[in-house]
Amino acid sequence: MSNKLRRYHAAVWDEPIIMEMGVAGRRGCHFPVEEYASLDELVPGSMRRNSPLALPEMSEPDVLRHYLHLSQETLGMMGISLFGTCTMKYNPRMTEELAAQSWIADTHPQQDTSTLQGSLEVIYRLKEQLCELSGMDEYSFQPAGGADAAYTHACITRAYHSARGELKQRDQIITSIQAHPCNPATAAAAGFEVVTLMLEENGYPSVDALKAAVSERTAALMINNPDDMGIYNPHIKEWVNIVHEAGGLCFYDHANFNGVMSKIRARELGFDACMFMLHKTFGVGKGGGGPAVGAYGCTNELAQFLPGPVVRKVGDRFELDDDLPLGIGRVREYMGNVQQLVKAYAWTRAMGADGIAAASDISVLANNYMEKELLKIRGVTRSHPDIDAWRMEMTRFSLGQMFEDTGVTVLDVQNRMVDFGIDAFWLSHEPWVVTQPFTPEAGEMWSKEDLDYWVAVLRQISDEAYSNPGYVKAAPHNHPVQKLAPDSLDEPDRWAMTWRAHLRKSALRRKAG
Amino acid sequence: MTKARPHPFMPNSVPATQQEMMGALGIDSIEPLFSQIPADHRLKRPLDLPEALSSESELRRHMSGLLSKNRSCTDALSFLGGGCWQHHVPAVCDEIVRRSEFLTPVWGTPSSDLGRNQAWFEFTSQLGELIDLDLVALPVYSWGCAAGHAIRMAARISGRNTVLLPRFLDPERAAVINTYCEPEQMSSHIAIREFGIDLETGLVDLDELSSLLDENVAAVYFENPSFLGQIESQAEEIAAASRKAGAETIVGVDPVSLGILRPPGQYGADIVVGSIQPLGIHMNGGGGLGGFIASRDEARYAHEYPALMMSIAETVNGEMSFAMALMHQSSYGSREEGKDWTGNSVYLWAIAAATYMALLGPAGFRELGELIIQRANYCASVLTEISGVQVRPARGFFKEFVVNFDETGKRVSDINKALLQSDIYGGLDLSRRFPELGQSALYCVTEMHSIQDLDRLTDVLREVCR
Repeated sequence: MSNKLRRYHAAVWDEPIIMEMGVAGRRGCHFPVEEYASLDELVPGSMRRNSPLALPEMSEPDVLRHYLHLSQETLGMMGISLFGTCTMKYNPRMTEELAAQSWIADTHPQQDTSTLQGSLEVIYRLKEQLCELSGMDEYSFQPAGGADAAYTHACITRAYHSARGELKQRDQIITSIQAHPCNPATAAAAGFEVVTLMLEENGYPSVDALKAAVSERTAALMINNPDDMGIYNPHIKEWVNIVHEAGGLCFYDHANFNGVMSKIRARELGFDACMFMLHKTFGVGKGGGGPAVGAYGCTNELAQFLPGPVVRKVGDRFELDDDLPLGIGRVREYMGNVQQLVKAYAWTRAMGADGIAAASDISVLANNYMEKELLKIRGVTRSHPDIDAWRMEMTRFSLGQMFEDTGVTVLDVQNRMVDFGIDAFWLSHEPWVVTQPFTPEAGEMWSKEDLDYWVAVLRQISDEAYSNPGYVKAAPHNHPVQKLAPDSLDEPDRWAMTWRAHLRKSALRRKAG
Repeated sequence: MTKARPHPFMPNSVPATQQEMMGALGIDSIEPLFSQIPADHRLKRPLDLPEALSSESELRRHMSGLLSKNRSCTDALSFLGGGCWQHHVPAVCDEIVRRSEFLTPVWGTPSSDLGRNQAWFEFTSQLGELIDLDLVALPVYSWGCAAGHAIRMAARISGRNTVLLPRFLDPERAAVINTYCEPEQMSSHIAIREFGIDLETGLVDLDELSSLLDENVAAVYFENPSFLGQIESQAEEIAAASRKAGAETIVGVDPVSLGILRPPGQYGADIVVGSIQPLGIHMNGGGGLGGFIASRDEARYAHEYPALMMSIAETVNGEMSFAMALMHQSSYGSREEGKDWTGNSVYLWAIAAATYMALLGPAGFRELGELIIQRANYCASVLTEISGVQVRPARGFFKEFVVNFDETGKRVSDINKALLQSDIYGGLDLSRRFPELGQSALYCVTEMHSIQDLDRLTDVLREVCR
């Protein structure tokens, strides 16, 4: 496999902070000026702004060019992004364009439903498709991300046990150390005590550990499968039975759905609820972290506890049903990130059943193909080397050997890879199971040539690490700024979350000498 | 049946490429790769989904057929607000958020995604100027979620477990806050007590508020302008009373009002929340929502944020860069020990809002605030000329106001149905949730409404109320 490394250099604009730009008096937009009453009559004196607003004064083209420059200083998916656990995939531009039009962009969520039939039908049809993909009966699209869907499940767990008079008693939610941090975090934020199961030699907690953890206090299990090491827990059905027998609910965090789409369904495994991330698996853009959708699916038994409003089909019309007396109310205002639902629905239609099955095939094939090539590189190992099975759509690798040999860390390598136009890889959620972890996810969007290139870059950096580690540790070399100084930003006099705080604190530091 | 073709979204759907990759693995079909999954876990049939529309032209036609059934607020004349507002979105904002670099990325490194980090920092920096506070976090899902988190922050800071909320609060936001405060069976439950307003003035009933302020109160939350639209002129007194009782003052604000209204940092707010949707983000049927949390820049607040906090930082060469501060206290860093939770949020909208604030500048915000308050007041004054229609209170609001129809003998729901016949979306019906307001609706007027629009509303309403 030969792969010529490309020359790449990021755009460098030395763009000032906007707070330092502009010239007094310049305008970036106008509004009509009208006066029907004196402002003094309209605004109580105690509430009038009487201090100047220290925003930049810029003309419209200068604002445009400033943010265009900043966009060019953002690598993201312009190169190759195999950011594991986030399933980087193509975001079809046709649906971006459709969703940006007035028929979605300029709708208010509380319009009369007769004027929102298009949105509601799209949402209803999307629900039907997700029901087929998961086996669930009903969906809520209100959760504004995967973590919010986990939170929704924790809230529904409260409502379910409350309706049975057992909420006081059932105060624990069980998860595993490999579950995404949002599972334990949202369980705790909903008021539950978290029980975390540790991994055993097979790469997942044992059935015995689960049996020991369940009790009359168990409210729910929140778990993903496969995990982001690419290991599938084959006992998951038994897990669900154990938790059900103890009286708890089972929630399937489908963060890693890409590798199992069309292969398994949460419902047949016994789960009561599941979650799909439409901004990952269903082709919706990441936007640097949202707007996102954690589509929360559940059985008919749990549907009565869903947050409202839920889209219903009544004859050939679509209505919003907010009459859910046992429902949890809201986890967020209104019915969800509607424009993202339009894109997700269009993605399922563009793919169809065969396309979705092929995407899962390709993502697992691509991961194993990459794994084989990556493990040939000096200093690269994988987690659980003794588990001989093909991994799913991700593998957890380690640069621990390289670090021991050369002192080059996984963060150094990440910083060097961007020099070749390759977006940061994902390391691992806390806590790290292997040292110096990294987790690429090939997915179905990236071509074999892209994957080969990614591997070739890592091979090049491995060579550099073993021959000239200082050069890798000094990376990046082809970006507008160097890597961060090891300063702690956790001290009140160091952090500055706004420009005004920065000015104040740096003046104080100068004064202190 | 057409022959299976490589899919346009999937370069490796070419059979020869797959053969090559399988060859490297020493397998001749994909199936063995799924051997980790026990047979009895597998779905035994193909998915039953509608036929694929893999050609863009066909899919576009299908989608357009569905979406054209909507009638947007630009097709009609809308007076809906409450928690999502129709404001002008400058074309530059749309251009920037649709840039592929901003539309598609995930995390990056501080160097490789410097531009996005800077745009985020410019969001917090400009918003900090509008509200006059030094600490602003990256956005959370919505205003309601921001308020919920802020109340939980205050409860952790004070060790107290009661929050005082306005009785007249947007039902959507109130429901979110209620969820975040947890049911009473939970040991971390936060009790909600409500304070009312003087219905004549629309201002907070200070006596009732004071009577509720005891040693259990973690925070007083109020909005300015209030949900019903009134500019709260006693903001300073409320904050002082709250502080005296050892409670935190949380203020919810509409950022587009702050070109003309006093910023909350100047009247005693400890934590400030609000919506970023008015700042250059389309309503998107509610998908344009985003919330912010800000506070005084003190460790006691900073250490309780669940949201990501982007700080200015230095590189090894002393260049300016950006990095997350206090990451260890997030759920990424500390799982269930972290502060609430974080995850994907609405970070793309932070960039839209940064662009918007830069376009407006100080003069734009002032002009916009003046225009909105002028037109809202114009609208209220012409509506009150209709027999039986009252605006309560008649003055003192910013962009939303309560229109009461009691004396027309008609119900808001019927009035709104009739308005719909003329392509007008009447104000939010308040009568079900707040029966004490009678047959009232919350009307929202912004820079999007021309005087002709407001006159048309008046003419149609006059007929409808006859």
